[in-house]
Amino acid sequence: MKTKVLKPEEHFITDEPYYQPIGQEIAVFEAAYKQLLPVLLKGPTGCGKTRFMEHMAWRLRRPLITVSCHDDLTASDLVGRFLITGGETTWIDGPLASAVRHGAICYLDEVVEARKDTTVVIHPLADDRRVLPMEKIGELLQATPEFCLAISYNPGYQSVMKDLKQSTRQRFVALEFDYPDAELETEIILKETGIDTETARLLVRFAHMTRDLKGNGLDEGASTRLLVHAAKLMSDDVSPVVACQTAIAQAITDDHDMLVAMNELSSSLF
Amino acid sequence: MALPTLGADEIIAFLDDCLEVEFTFAKSEVPAAHILKLPRQQQDYILNLVRRVADTNIELAYQLACNSVLALEAMDERLVEEWAMTATDYYDRLGLYPAMSVIRELDGFIDTAHERAHGSVLAEEAGVLLPFLHGLSGRKLKLQAGDDTYTDTETIFVPAIIALFEDRKQNFLLYKATVAHHWAQIHFGTFRTDLGRLPVEQLGVFCSLETIRLDACIRRELPGLHRQMLSLRVLTGETGQALANELGERLTSPGADVSTTLELLDRVAGHDLPAACYQGLIKPETVADVMSRRIEREKAYFRVALSDLAKELQRRVEEADEDGEQQTRFDLRQRPETDSGGGERNVQLEFDGSPVAPPQNVRELMSSIIVDFGGVPPEYLVAAGPGEYDLRKYEDSSLNPDDVWKGSYHEEGAMLYNEWNFKRQSYHKNWCVLREIEVTPVYDDFVADTLDRHRGVLKSLRHTFEILRGEDRLLRRQPYGDDIDIDAYVEAHADVTSGMEMTNRLFTKMHKEERNIAVIFMVDMSGSTRGWINRAERESLVLLAEALEILGDRYAIYGFSGMTRKRCELYRIKTFDDAWDDETRGRVSNIQPHDYTRMGVFIRHVIRHFGEVEASTKLLITLSDGKPDDYDTYRGEYGVEDTRQALFEARREGIHAYCITIDEQARDYLPHMYGAANYTVIDDIGKLPLKVSDIYRRIAT
Repeated sequence: MKTKVLKPEEHFITDEPYYQPIGQEIAVFEAAYKQLLPVLLKGPTGCGKTRFMEHMAWRLRRPLITVSCHDDLTASDLVGRFLITGGETTWIDGPLASAVRHGAICYLDEVVEARKDTTVVIHPLADDRRVLPMEKIGELLQATPEFCLAISYNPGYQSVMKDLKQSTRQRFVALEFDYPDAELETEIILKETGIDTETARLLVRFAHMTRDLKGNGLDEGASTRLLVHAAKLMSDDVSPVVACQTAIAQAITDDHDMLVAMNELSSSLF
Repeated sequence: MALPTLGADEIIAFLDDCLEVEFTFAKSEVPAAHILKLPRQQQDYILNLVRRVADTNIELAYQLACNSVLALEAMDERLVEEWAMTATDYYDRLGLYPAMSVIRELDGFIDTAHERAHGSVLAEEAGVLLPFLHGLSGRKLKLQAGDDTYTDTETIFVPAIIALFEDRKQNFLLYKATVAHHWAQIHFGTFRTDLGRLPVEQLGVFCSLETIRLDACIRRELPGLHRQMLSLRVLTGETGQALANELGERLTSPGADVSTTLELLDRVAGHDLPAACYQGLIKPETVADVMSRRIEREKAYFRVALSDLAKELQRRVEEADEDGEQQTRFDLRQRPETDSGGGERNVQLEFDGSPVAPPQNVRELMSSIIVDFGGVPPEYLVAAGPGEYDLRKYEDSSLNPDDVWKGSYHEEGAMLYNEWNFKRQSYHKNWCVLREIEVTPVYDDFVADTLDRHRGVLKSLRHTFEILRGEDRLLRRQPYGDDIDIDAYVEAHADVTSGMEMTNRLFTKMHKEERNIAVIFMVDMSGSTRGWINRAERESLVLLAEALEILGDRYAIYGFSGMTRKRCELYRIKTFDDAWDDETRGRVSNIQPHDYTRMGVFIRHVIRHFGEVEASTKLLITLSDGKPDDYDTYRGEYGVEDTRQALFEARREGIHAYCITIDEQARDYLPHMYGAANYTVIDDIGKLPLKVSDIYRRIAT
């Protein structure tokens, strides 16, 4: 088998990624894209933000460049930097610059994690100027209509340090994501894994139990992604209680009592 | 070589000394005769135990000595020790008489000890059972130990210990089944009818019938749990459903509710229905009482919350279009899916016909109301008019700490902490009564005066701390970074031309250092600080706070003082959330000397405050003028040992403790309490303000 090597800006998604819309998000995103507006996705982890972006990239037939932001990510990581090759310096575009150049969709995941100086490059791109200043080479990169900027952010992390500034958030069209309701979530699990309806329904019920415990010993309830993981294990003949424990409970918390309690809950259900 | 057995004279002499025979006229000969027969190792063990208990109460120790041989015959040493400690614990809490009965009723203790050995104890299992109960959804129920097993619809009362089965796991399962069953009573509407009408003699039958219905509900919702409950019933040898088929079918059908049970009540008269091991009791009066109060309260809260929500929504509507209707109307829509018992998840709150997402508190109220009524009654959906309810009357009336001492003595509204007794080698449980007291700010010229007087020092302090502050630093010669390090590159280029190998460290990188420190200052406010020392303490705090503001570390300041274990007072001067503003400064100038220094309890309380902040380094700095000392027995070795124990507890929680003192004798006891390097003695009080900042710089950077 041979692995494929692709540059992200040349990578088009050819197969439709499965995405189950909860509301009007697809229409809103398409309209925003047409009107050259940047988009902010907010919602808890594992509720389908990244999947939505893949789906939209497929729909709009544009390459998707995803940058997972971390606390060491600086503006030059996004814009680009000089490298030295054979006694000379060469400029290498960062992912954001490359997305602007190629008219791709640039998705900055968990943008609040990045250093504050990244806002300097996001701001001019996110308003009607749509330019990327590249001060190191003294150029301004003007975005084409195909380019789109999307960022994501999880408002659940209630930390003063990790909040999006008003000046940043007020440049974006904001789409709120949440876990889908029980019926839809069951359907998603069925589509993604192929376990039977009854088990999927119980799994969703288990997820709701853990979401009820949020703030009562859990920082976060089980996400749809975790449910899909558990269901995948189950479809490969792992017993439901073990699947819930390994794919969901252990992934959410390290607290021993909570783990036992969640184990009791799952063994009550299955 | 084994030590020789103690003779009667030696034992009597030892007991005489412990039991203070000169004053109490206790007859040491009686217990001594028993102890004489034991091997040396057990003799020592018992005598040691007697001495530890004698420190609490001599009469108790005497009884212990008399019964100890019997106890050793019946139990191993670990249980004997537990027996003695239970007695001292009873003495602390309830007095001499109950403590004596623990010692005398040895058999009773042995029985319960046996239960504890293989039984399941609520105190240990609550950490699992409570989240389990909350996970079952609906109202946030409480769990409490009680004599009977029942629920009042807000709290589930279960036995403190379950030892029905030999296996601990099964006992836990019984806890789980009991909790789930009572949750089901609330959740599946056992109390949605007036049970007060039922004749008392029918309650038992009703309870058993309901159990059949609820078991069926649980089977539909939680099949796994139902299997476990069945297995319990098999273990206890209950026959399960002993009901005629047709009756049983009606009860277990999905449409059955509490009225079905009531209808069938007469038809099963005379039947002997088996009681499930988890079903407990139903107490209609308690339920009615709790429910009526809750229903009134929740209706008020819900309608007021809706009116707030309406205002918010109305504002948005008006912003969108100007001719918005003034009438605000809520509605509920049942979602098509009705099988799961998700409570509020199956209904959608609507406002003017469009769905709204209610905030967390409204959702919780809604699910609690649905549990009571099976739905939200229409009159609840009318937003409350202005002033219709006075929510204050539903609030928990918490006492103002200042008022508590004005009336007669009580412990209401205070926090209780353990205290370590080194002689007894055990904790006094819930021994110290602590209250946090607000300090009223005094706006005098103390702070301004201090800042002025220490102008020069302050300037250099600011300078030092500014250097310390984690600024961005440009790191050169990095293998990877934001920009090219031109100097390094030029050198590397020269290296290459002269034939040497080229380094890859050619970049510059911005390095950001973030301080993540939380520090609490505990200031001694005992009477002995009166005058100079108090002023020096306050001045140190002012200078330190100024320096910390530059550094950006999170800090809190508390003063402590008290008199006896019943009145420990922590003065809140600055919490982590308060800013260093005029009000806080005013509170610092109002730090006044009060009574005594009972250190341990304050350290234990501060540990709790540290639990509320997240920081990689937690630092507790105590400013003190002497040994821990209180009006009662809290002095000398006792106080030092309790403080030491409290500091151990702090260390276990990852808190570094440091002490700054002006007591010149402190070198004798501080190393024992804080460890060799964790204290500073300041000889000259006048230097305290300067030193404190200096010390902080040393330990926290």
